[in-house]
Amino acid sequence: MEFNPRLMAIQVDEGGGAALRRTVEDMGLVVHTGVGGKEITADADGAVTAMALSDGSSIDTDLVIFSAGVRPRDQLARDCGLTVGERGGIAVDERCRTSDPAVYAIGECALAADGRVYGLVAPGYEMALVTADEIAEASRESGFTGADTSTKLKLLGVDVASFGDAHGTAEGCLDVVYADSRAGVYKKLVIGADGALLGGVLVGDAESYGMLRPLTGSVPPVAPEQLVLPAGLGAPAAIGPSALPDEAVICNCHNVTKGSIRSAVTDHQCATVPEVKKCTKAGTGCGSCLKALTTLVNDELEASGVSVDKGLCGCFSYTRAELYEIVRTLRITSYAALLDSHGRDEARSGNGCEICKPTVASIIASLAPTVGASGYVLDGEQAALQDTNDHFLANLQRNGSYSIVPRIPGGEITPEKLIVIGEVARDFGLYTKITGGQRIDLFGARVDQLPLIWARLVEAGFESGHAYGKALRTVKSCVGQTWCRYGVQDSVRMAIDLELRYRGLRSPHKLKSAVSGCARECAEARGKDFGVIATSNGWNLYVGGNGGADPRHADLLAQDLDDEQLIRLIDRFLMFYIRTADRLERTSAWLERIEGGLDHVRDVVVDDSLGLCAELEALMADHVAGYRDEWAETLEDPERLRRFVSFVNAPGAPDPTVKFVPERDQVKPDLTILSGPSIPVRTLETLEGAASR
Amino acid sequence: MTMAPERIDVRVELLIDQRWFAVCDLSDLTPGRGVAALLPDGTQVAVFLDRTGQAYAIDNRDPFTGAYVLSRGLLGSVGERPFVASPLLKQRFDLETGRCLDDEGVAVQAYAARTQEHMGGVSAQVA
Ligand code: SF4
Ligand code: FES
Repeated sequence: MEFNPRLMAIQVDEGGGAALRRTVEDMGLVVHTGVGGKEITADADGAVTAMALSDGSSIDTDLVIFSAGVRPRDQLARDCGLTVGERGGIAVDERCRTSDPAVYAIGECALAADGRVYGLVAPGYEMALVTADEIAEASRESGFTGADTSTKLKLLGVDVASFGDAHGTAEGCLDVVYADSRAGVYKKLVIGADGALLGGVLVGDAESYGMLRPLTGSVPPVAPEQLVLPAGLGAPAAIGPSALPDEAVICNCHNVTKGSIRSAVTDHQCATVPEVKKCTKAGTGCGSCLKALTTLVNDELEASGVSVDKGLCGCFSYTRAELYEIVRTLRITSYAALLDSHGRDEARSGNGCEICKPTVASIIASLAPTVGASGYVLDGEQAALQDTNDHFLANLQRNGSYSIVPRIPGGEITPEKLIVIGEVARDFGLYTKITGGQRIDLFGARVDQLPLIWARLVEAGFESGHAYGKALRTVKSCVGQTWCRYGVQDSVRMAIDLELRYRGLRSPHKLKSAVSGCARECAEARGKDFGVIATSNGWNLYVGGNGGADPRHADLLAQDLDDEQLIRLIDRFLMFYIRTADRLERTSAWLERIEGGLDHVRDVVVDDSLGLCAELEALMADHVAGYRDEWAETLEDPERLRRFVSFVNAPGAPDPTVKFVPERDQVKPDLTILSGPSIPVRTLETLEGAASR
Repeated sequence: MTMAPERIDVRVELLIDQRWFAVCDLSDLTPGRGVAALLPDGTQVAVFLDRTGQAYAIDNRDPFTGAYVLSRGLLGSVGERPFVASPLLKQRFDLETGRCLDDEGVAVQAYAARTQEHMGGVSAQVA
């Protein structure tokens, strides 16, 4: 029930409100707009029975939930005799002064000069700045006349966003609207007389909010109608960071604009991404802007005539794809040999770094059967190259404990195996959680417990789930034809086949997959690196999907494949990706980066335009034949087991800093131990000084 | 009583309170990786070996997270200087000085380390 004539009246316009309403009503909710509650009736026991509405109608109900807005808390001002607004709020002028010029009011108790009360923190900060300048008598051109109330939120799971002049109040402005009521999508852009983007409303699909909002106030680089079309209907894939205006915020964590990133390169002479990060702080928060940041920095460097070093890191001037070719063709089986023969001059015979070591380890591992290296990640030199997760075949968690994920192919598991997981978790006091990939994560194991836990799991028939590696993670599935009345193929069997085929495959980044038994797509296959959806004639293969921070729907690569065709095509696709992708580049980013995009990949893996397919298939055949369970191998080898101790000089002693406290009937890390008193730091110089005294 | 040396052990020793303290055998270390060890007072140290066979030791506690995990990081070098990258948030620490290369204000303690040959026997064990 909403008092306003439409849902979210402030954020969206009429069209958006209607789209929103339809979607919400499709969920089975009845929406009443333009009415208020008048009276709640209760039975003899005081329990609610009905609610009367302002339009005279009434709803039978036994529960009423109120969702009230904010009201300015202005009692103090009233008691002091300051002017307050008709509907509350301490009236202030553009300088945030109340009716008594010696008193200021800011934040959500104030009624700003534009007649609005701002309940958000950002306008509050702005008002604080104005007030501080005012008190300090600093001259400032503009006061507080209103704030940007752009928002992006979810209402019952529906994306809703509005930005800038969403209601088109500017003189002479015009609308560009795209509406698809079947899909519940409504998008409107407000375009000024000069062609500049002034604002907009997005309902049902707000993915372009991040791109559109920074464009506000400027003339967009493409026609506005292209900006509202859904992907695939002539919309540009996304406008790259180079097309954004200088005011566009690239790093949201630290509020860094494109302009300041560019000036870091031009004015502050930053020549690398790390330098720009240090200088601007951009990219040092969640890291999700790093890709855009790197593109911008490289563009700017190139524009200023600096040749950009595309090398993997300080040790290699080659990209990952180039190193892959070097390892493959020269059959190089050790990192040291590669560094000493192909590293940068200054890096040869050094120790390498944390970037190239795992990258090269992954290349050698994925080519191991082909170049004749040991594929086992804990062998010899390989052991020294792996990130800690690969080194201990488990995932490091924040307090130094590890989590364990046994493989559960296709998400199918017998009651017996479920019981074993439960018993192991109980006996070792592990926290258990179901993962998004249809398996079970066991948290809170100490290093020295890992072999003991795995001995039990391996005995029960489990093997490593590679949750710790840049490798195939899971192939999710829905129950498919066997149980579901809509299913047209056996999606579970296919998911198990695929997971067992590609398990252990090392790749530039993690790989995820899913198989759905019909077009209803319950397994969410289109959010995966490779997703399979059943058709009545076979399978459709989608590639390049992603969830996470940068969601992307997978693109259709081929249709109506039989089992054999499907597997052959996935073999080729994966090997082509492993061969050509950059370090930590998911298939989604890879597909968008490589020249020719999806069409090129289709040419190569479907039509064999490069004559590579036989080789790609052979590489995969080598992988499948060479697969061994890493945990079973580890348990058989006392030498390898030696590293699973907390302390080298006290092999039996558990790490006293890995402790747990109860939480919701399970455990969680005891972080108080870690935060402990910080020990004063002495550097080696002071120590040596002390020793020589 | 025969005093003939049975074999030669190479031990890794740290300078603690002006004394050399053996933390482990050289064969316990893999070049490019570290191990955690306990000092007599219960302090945790991270001990590393580089490609050339040089040993290093710093505090095991990662000052950014508080977790005792630096021994599980990857070794690298910038120019001549060896470092370890924390396995949690990847900040790098100079193995000779303990200084953080990514945040000037932060450092961990570094210990002088050496490898020393001994005749026979076993390395010191701390319970
Ligand atoms: S995707 Fe189709 S077959 Fe699978 S569970 Fe959903 S409706 Fe059933
Ligand atoms: S958006 Fe830049 S670090 Fe999070």
